[in-house]
Amino acid sequence: MEVRNYETVFIVTPVLNEGQVQETVEKFTQVLKENSADILSTEAWGLRKLAYPIQKKTTGYYFCLEFTGSGNIVDVLELAYRRDERIIRFLTTVLDKHAVDYNRRRRNGEMNQQKAAKETEAVAQ
Amino acid sequence: MNKPVDTRKKYCRFKKNGIKYVDYKDPNFLLKFVNEQGRVLPRRLTGTSLKFQRKVTQAVAKARHLALMPYIADALK
Repeated sequence: MEVRNYETVFIVTPVLNEGQVQETVEKFTQVLKENSADILSTEAWGLRKLAYPIQKKTTGYYFCLEFTGSGNIVDVLELAYRRDERIIRFLTTVLDKHAVDYNRRRRNGEMNQQKAAKETEAVAQ
Repeated sequence: MNKPVDTRKKYCRFKKNGIKYVDYKDPNFLLKFVNEQGRVLPRRLTGTSLKFQRKVTQAVAKARHLALMPYIADALK
């Protein structure tokens, strides 16, 4: 099957301690690795306030994984999410070529570089 | 008496700035396309082209699912 780029964001319940959160993330990266996925990046956004309460919780730990894989990898991953009560929300999306490029630039910190350059120029003058 | 006519032409900010991907992970950017109640603004107000309006609504929907943006709000801005 065709190899595709995916991105998955999930919210871990805020009642856990740091170690348990780390363990949860570890579990899902393991799920991906077992299904021969290549993990391109792991982003931890940290504890964030939710825009509306989910399961009576107003905060959550956000994590974002970007990976490439084929076959039924998303089914396996989402089944694992559903079976884990520590996950309160998740979203997996297929990335098109523009999204892949965007994510790469974001990772390398190329975003807003022109703006930053203009600002430093203004300061220099 | 006639009202003064606003001669500024509307434009699609995505086409003008060469933006090709609308990121659902950036709620601050998406806030430009919703009103104070959190509803998506129509194209006739923002000037966004149809191609990108579809992407914007998709991105807003994803951001709402992930609780990055509210479905309804009182005073968002």
